Amino acid sequence: MLKILKYSFFDLMRSRWSYVYFAFYLLLGIVLLFLNNDLSKAVITLMNVIIVLVPLIGTIFGVMYYYNSKEFTELLLAQPLKRSSIFLGQYLGVALSLSMSLILGLGIPFVFYGLFKSNAIWDFSLLLITGTFLTLIFTALAFNIALSNENKIKGFGYAILLWLLLAIIYDGAFLMTLIMFEDYPLDKLSLVGTMLNPIDLSRTLILLKLDISALLGYTGAVFKEFFGTNFGLIISFIMLTVWVILPVLRIVFKSKKKDF
Amino acid sequence: MVTIENLHKKFGKHQVLSGLNLTITEGGIFAVLGPNGSGKTTLIKSILGMVIPNKGNISVLGEDVKKNPDYRHKIDYLPQIANFPSNLKVKELIKMIKDLRKYTNEDERLIKLFKLEPFLDKKLGNLSGGTKQKVNLVLTFMFDSPLIILDEPTTGLDPISLIRLKDLIQTEKAKGKTILITSHIMGFVEEVSDEIVFLLEGKIYFKGTISKLKTQTNQPDFEHAIASILTDNHA
Repeated sequence: MLKILKYSFFDLMRSRWSYVYFAFYLLLGIVLLFLNNDLSKAVITLMNVIIVLVPLIGTIFGVMYYYNSKEFTELLLAQPLKRSSIFLGQYLGVALSLSMSLILGLGIPFVFYGLFKSNAIWDFSLLLITGTFLTLIFTALAFNIALSNENKIKGFGYAILLWLLLAIIYDGAFLMTLIMFEDYPLDKLSLVGTMLNPIDLSRTLILLKLDISALLGYTGAVFKEFFGTNFGLIISFIMLTVWVILPVLRIVFKSKKKDF
Repeated sequence: MVTIENLHKKFGKHQVLSGLNLTITEGGIFAVLGPNGSGKTTLIKSILGMVIPNKGNISVLGEDVKKNPDYRHKIDYLPQIANFPSNLKVKELIKMIKDLRKYTNEDERLIKLFKLEPFLDKKLGNLSGGTKQKVNLVLTFMFDSPLIILDEPTTGLDPISLIRLKDLIQTEKAKGKTILITSHIMGFVEEVSDEIVFLLEGKIYFKGTISKLKTQTNQPDFEHAIASILTDNHA
């Protein structure tokens, strides 16, 4: 698996898109720091961008890479390699190269700005950790979609729909439910609802770390009570890990049964 | 060498292989023939474990193909369409495949044979179809495996390369290897193969030498013999 990972990783590192992605984050980091002139504020703005953009890029890149490397995959399948190692290697190659673009692209300007001397370092690390989680999750979901759809256009369509669903529609529907049932106590429900969507979970996690939960009113207080504790933090990371593991398991399972 | 028992494969509603039995003995060149969509590539891919059969058993050199991918160390496979990762250079691809399988220096001789030296530093995406096929051939023949599977090996090759390919196949055969070929070029098949396996509607319709086929169908030449099978069955 490590050999496949290595080749996929280097293959992507050489592609133009990795550089574009890296350069985008680099630019974003620099611009935000100069405009805000404040590390903590830059982190909040960054969060808003990352929460939406990272899943989108992860899905698109995942689907694109899978379809583009179809022939390469077939070449590998004829070699004495296990199917699971081929697909996991490719998946990790994509996910890690995307994560690296994210971490380096944002990390470099912040480090130069004096991140290590500021107290925003933990918030910033949390941002990068959730960003990496989101990359891992959405690339895995993208691989699942691509594995299940021979048709590229369909695959892309479903991938975009998935992103739209989790990044935007879920929030809307969630909000609607909360408004509809506003007469009932909803704090538990909203907590569970947040846990079930990795994007919402990451957003809440960062918001509460940034200590702006007051904006969220009463629910914010409940959330703060939950996510602010170590227990809540651990549960959140467990949920994010489950979100990575389940799609990865399906990649392994699905790839074993697929015809090429 | 290769034993296939009661192989069934369906793609959706389309039954491609229906109860195929085939035994391929060691040594010699076997051509797998059949009309388009008769399941030639499916058969080959099942042997390689790329297509998972619905039913049936396949064993290669005594090893069940479902159990362990290691039997593929004993197979050299030439895929039908040579489409490689376009970001890679020819040199890097060869190095990579060697890294994934095992070390060999046979590639140098093959690169010379197919005159690929000027292309080694070019990216695979920029190569012509014929050149890609030559790279494909180098990748296939550089390992000294007892079973060689060639899916449409002549695609895109110029006449000189075709002659070299035929020589290559004959030298491999002389080493006592088993070679499976699919091709639609009947002249090529007639020239190189010892025995043919004719697939029709998911089953083996005929297996034997070309002369046996000619007598059985009462046709003077190979091309007409094949054509007569097809007209008799689709008339």
